Amino acid sequence: MTERILLECTGLELAIGNTRIASRLELSIRSGQCWCILGRNGSGKTTLMHTLAGLREASHGTIRISGQPLVSYSRRELATRIGILFQDHDDPFPATVLETVLQGRHPYQRPWQWESAADREIAMEALAFVEMDSLAGRNIQTLSGGERQRVGIAVLRAQQPDLLLLDEPTSHLDLHHRIDILQRLVASCREHQQAICLILHDINLAARLADHVLLLLGDGETCSGRRENMLETTRLERLYDHPLLQLDTPTGPAWLPA
Amino acid sequence: MNPIRPLLLLGILTLAALVALLLNLSAGSFPLDLVEVVSNPDAPGRKILLELRLPRALTAFVTGALLSIAGALMQVLLRNPLADPYILGVSGGASTGALLAIMAGAGSGWLQSSAFAGALLSTLLVFTLAHGHGRWDTTRLLLTGVVLAAGWGAVISLLLAISPAAQVHGMLFWLMGDLSISTLPLTALLTLAIGLILALYLAPSLNLLAAGELKAASLGVATGRLRVVIYLAASLLTATAVTLAGNIGFVGLIAPHMLRLLGTRDYRSLIPGCALLGGILLLLADALARSVIAPRQLPTGVLTAMLGVPLFLYLLYRVRDIRHD
Repeated sequence: MTERILLECTGLELAIGNTRIASRLELSIRSGQCWCILGRNGSGKTTLMHTLAGLREASHGTIRISGQPLVSYSRRELATRIGILFQDHDDPFPATVLETVLQGRHPYQRPWQWESAADREIAMEALAFVEMDSLAGRNIQTLSGGERQRVGIAVLRAQQPDLLLLDEPTSHLDLHHRIDILQRLVASCREHQQAICLILHDINLAARLADHVLLLLGDGETCSGRRENMLETTRLERLYDHPLLQLDTPTGPAWLPA
Repeated sequence: MNPIRPLLLLGILTLAALVALLLNLSAGSFPLDLVEVVSNPDAPGRKILLELRLPRALTAFVTGALLSIAGALMQVLLRNPLADPYILGVSGGASTGALLAIMAGAGSGWLQSSAFAGALLSTLLVFTLAHGHGRWDTTRLLLTGVVLAAGWGAVISLLLAISPAAQVHGMLFWLMGDLSISTLPLTALLTLAIGLILALYLAPSLNLLAAGELKAASLGVATGRLRVVIYLAASLLTATAVTLAGNIGFVGLIAPHMLRLLGTRDYRSLIPGCALLGGILLLLADALARSVIAPRQLPTGVLTAMLGVPLFLYLLYRVRDIRHD
């Protein structure tokens, strides 16, 4: 199957106040790829991701989604192309886990319509994917942070966009789910010619999952490329401004803070 | 969600609304035998039923329904389950308009127009000021509305202080919520119907907006436009209700909550549920208001709070942990 360019940035300029996040960023994410964004706290990873999802405007430059300018999409059409998992989950109103996952089907529904049996089946499959199907009837407000995060991933699965953006999906996940769910998610995206882009703080997890990496080095400086060129000790030491110790393990290189 | 359960709930609420309507129609200082009045065109109570009680009962139902839908909308708009239809100052504007009309000695038609104009003025003020130069965010909207409501409160106190004693009683009654000057609420019924259809059309987006503005946007909701529509719709519904019956407190806050505590979270069933439950609550409150110290009447708004508070506290108490099903 041929790779399609799902998302393409040209000359993207991005800043919050006086802090530059990206200047003249060129990026193209193709179907079947897995990208990781790495950077220090406050380097603008989340802001960049929100911009790629069309939730805020860039100062300059264009973003194209499947060849068309992002701004030419309606919100609903865009939601079938790009899905995003946010860092925080805040639920002031009660809802069941299943109801929450069914919200992922919203871009495909018309007003006046109830979810079809097919929608419910997709939602239950998504819940089974994150091993939460036994809690489908639970109130979302009673879940733990990690369970809530898994429900968020299930919403994204139910939404079935071309490009999945995940902002620190592992912050509340235990060791098993961190590796297991994300590996299966990445594998499934590759298989279905979707693309996935994750913000991570764990270099070793990035090394396991990603085939491409984008580094936000601060002051607008970015660099991106294939994983083996980006995840390289001196580069990473510069990225985090901290000495690192490289280990060679059976699954590839790993890094420890020195 | 499975549509069977919501339909069952709406069916039960419809039956309850009919019962509440009959109770309301037969309550009052003049005893009415409803069967006789309906079957016999010359029955003595017929005039009372058709010209006094039926318009009043319909007004009570429509007011309750309008306020409850407006309350449910405001709660999503502000993403705060504690929001009520009056929180952004609509009722303050309406009250100021109504009191000015009473001071000028105007009739009920003028009073209603003046109240509605006050509500609209307040709505537009909040809308324009909350826009400011930046984004139309929730905090700015809430603060603008709450501060303006406080301002209206001061104006109302001032008007009460400088009014002649003879008018103050009528003013207080209006402020506490008064259904005694009801006519057939045809415009309000139309507003209710339009509001209900609009809210049902928006319901799937409302479900998402309740989960957060960014999240709703990422799932395909044009949130900026939606929030403006919700604000204007909720304000118009509230303005219509306040114009009909003065400040009826509490219904708009508790009807959506009672439904949520009963397990209805989806706005597609919550909205029609609110319309029915709000109507029922106000029908019952009004029936009581006319019978407790008959032949004198209590202000209905006082009764809604006196009925609503214990009922709501009971429901809260029964659900041991509100975050636990």
